[in-house]
Amino acid sequence: MSSVKEILNRKPTLRAASLLSLPLLWLGVIYIGSLFALFITSIWKIDTFTSKIIREFTLENFIDVFTDRAYFNVTIRTLFVAICVTIICAVIAIPMAFFIARIAREKSRAVLIALLITPLWASYLVKIYAWRTMFYPESGFINWLISPIGGSSPGFGIFAVIIGLTYLWLPYMILPIYAGMEKLPSSLLDASSDLGAKSGRTFFSVILPITWPAIIAGSIFTFSLSMGDYITVQILGGTFQMLGNVVYQNFSLNLPFAAAVALIPVIIMMIYLSSIRKSGALDNL
Amino acid sequence: MRNNKVRSYAVILAASTLLLAGCSSSSDDAAGGAYAGPVQDTPGTINVLAWPGYAEDGTTDPNVDWVTPFEKETGCTVNVKTYGTSDEAVQLMQAGGYDVVSASGDASLRLIYGGDLQPVNLDLIPNYADVFDNLKDRPWNTVDGKNYGVPHGRGANVLQYTLGKVKEPSSWSIVWEPNSPAKGKITAYDSAIYIADAAVYLMSTKPELGIKDPYALDQTQFDAAMALLKQQKPLIAEYWSDYTKYVGAVQSGSITAGTSWQVIANVLNGTKATVGATKPKEGATGWSDTWMISSKTEAIDCAYKWLNHIITPSVNAQAAEYFGEAPSNSKACALTANKDHCKLYHAEETDYWSDVYYWKTPTEACLDGRTDVKCLPYAEWVKAWSSFRNS
Repeated sequence: MSSVKEILNRKPTLRAASLLSLPLLWLGVIYIGSLFALFITSIWKIDTFTSKIIREFTLENFIDVFTDRAYFNVTIRTLFVAICVTIICAVIAIPMAFFIARIAREKSRAVLIALLITPLWASYLVKIYAWRTMFYPESGFINWLISPIGGSSPGFGIFAVIIGLTYLWLPYMILPIYAGMEKLPSSLLDASSDLGAKSGRTFFSVILPITWPAIIAGSIFTFSLSMGDYITVQILGGTFQMLGNVVYQNFSLNLPFAAAVALIPVIIMMIYLSSIRKSGALDNL
Repeated sequence: MRNNKVRSYAVILAASTLLLAGCSSSSDDAAGGAYAGPVQDTPGTINVLAWPGYAEDGTTDPNVDWVTPFEKETGCTVNVKTYGTSDEAVQLMQAGGYDVVSASGDASLRLIYGGDLQPVNLDLIPNYADVFDNLKDRPWNTVDGKNYGVPHGRGANVLQYTLGKVKEPSSWSIVWEPNSPAKGKITAYDSAIYIADAAVYLMSTKPELGIKDPYALDQTQFDAAMALLKQQKPLIAEYWSDYTKYVGAVQSGSITAGTSWQVIANVLNGTKATVGATKPKEGATGWSDTWMISSKTEAIDCAYKWLNHIITPSVNAQAAEYFGEAPSNSKACALTANKDHCKLYHAEETDYWSDVYYWKTPTEACLDGRTDVKCLPYAEWVKAWSSFRNS
């Protein structure tokens, strides 16, 4: 035992290597490796009858994805849903996080945090099927709620998908913002009001700029999780579809094409992350 | 997806080890001839790939079990793996590791031409004699005069309508035409094979297109079918592939008409009559499933015994009744628990099946025998369906 310790003490590189090898293996082989496998698969052909993969180079999958207007439209729709979900989550999460971090008393804070996390204990599917029963066009809860005032349930479709995804990913937005707001020094808020700023001014000039990195961190979760989802869309979407559904519909019969489609969200996430990095929002995380 | 891949590599690895271990016995099967027999009493293990409900071993319901008696009787061990769609079955069979499979017609040809199945010597399967004649030697189980398996059961994709909401329809027009009384509450099957349903409707409404077989569509006919599907899309509430979700949607009233399976209608009518199911005047698509043997099996004797066992009248009756379809064995009808089962599923009515177009895999060579045009192969159907669903 002592000899191992001595060797590690003498050789710092070996020490670093043994410490980092497991995380690097995870990142390098399992994560980057699978992305690479995805890319390689997307440039292969298939036998059109038996669906077997033929390992020959082709760009046909990408040509199919980029020339068919339907896949352009579905990309735009997916982006729209992801952006809507992110914005709605942020709008709900910022005041909630502020209340929990700054206004609620010490004792109730723990309870409120626990309440926030409880939805994460239930299965994803159970929650989405619950929303499905609420969205039923004629017999659902939402229809019952708004029919007295002359409205009717919007039924299944893009609206239901946005609501369902917002519900699912909201905790992932609130928790980082809460962490950011908790760190906010009270002296800054006091200084702001001492200098005559009303609460609105304090919010936009002090609180929002300081917690911005936390909001960005939350948006990475809500945006990327919405981009890749297909189960909620299947259950709440009616005839509406997103990119994940295209992959799901094609992977068993045309894996290379599905891989080409799957690269679209990867590229969008890369653009999103690099633009965030440039804005400097990741530095404070 | 990644998981699946890892699993299939593991299966390939296992299968290739098996192949290496017993190369000598499998080489003659791979040559393309059927097993000469006689079926020996060699014990072995068979891995069965089946539709849910086709090979029940008591794990779903302790009272539903026709695998254990087979194991006791023959000394063969059976491992069952179920699948959800024909496409999944094709993928799993290609990866290897399964000895027998229950394949629908839209999977069987892909597997036969892919070299994944072997011809079956029907003389070694005594129960085959009792199978309904109109299920024998059909294009989805027989290629170039060689039989590739034994029929299990069949069903039609019926038109289901909610009683009290929709008057009994006699035509598929209720799901296709813009002035449908059920518009906005219509459902359709969520798979490329549903394009054939559009073709069936066009066969009688647009005879000038000359469609003889809904699975043999040339470009003009295919475009007409896709145009019909586009016309239908605004009428659709949801496309279905998960039947429990379908049942819920009908109960809630969000779906009142659409293509369905008899078993779904039975579930909905369990406590009180909610829906009707009919085969409209245009005819309908349907399925006819066949038990087939892998070209790479190591347990050929057990595989043949399984094929014979699964179409034994009593077993065929149990399986057909459990799943909700017409049995393939003519003697099964006398043995069902519900004496009306065969009547309910039209098992013995030859006329009923004459305009049921069983699922087949469309190929470039037209399945209806035309040689002057090229038909669209299934890969093109899938491509068009995916584009259509996302447009």
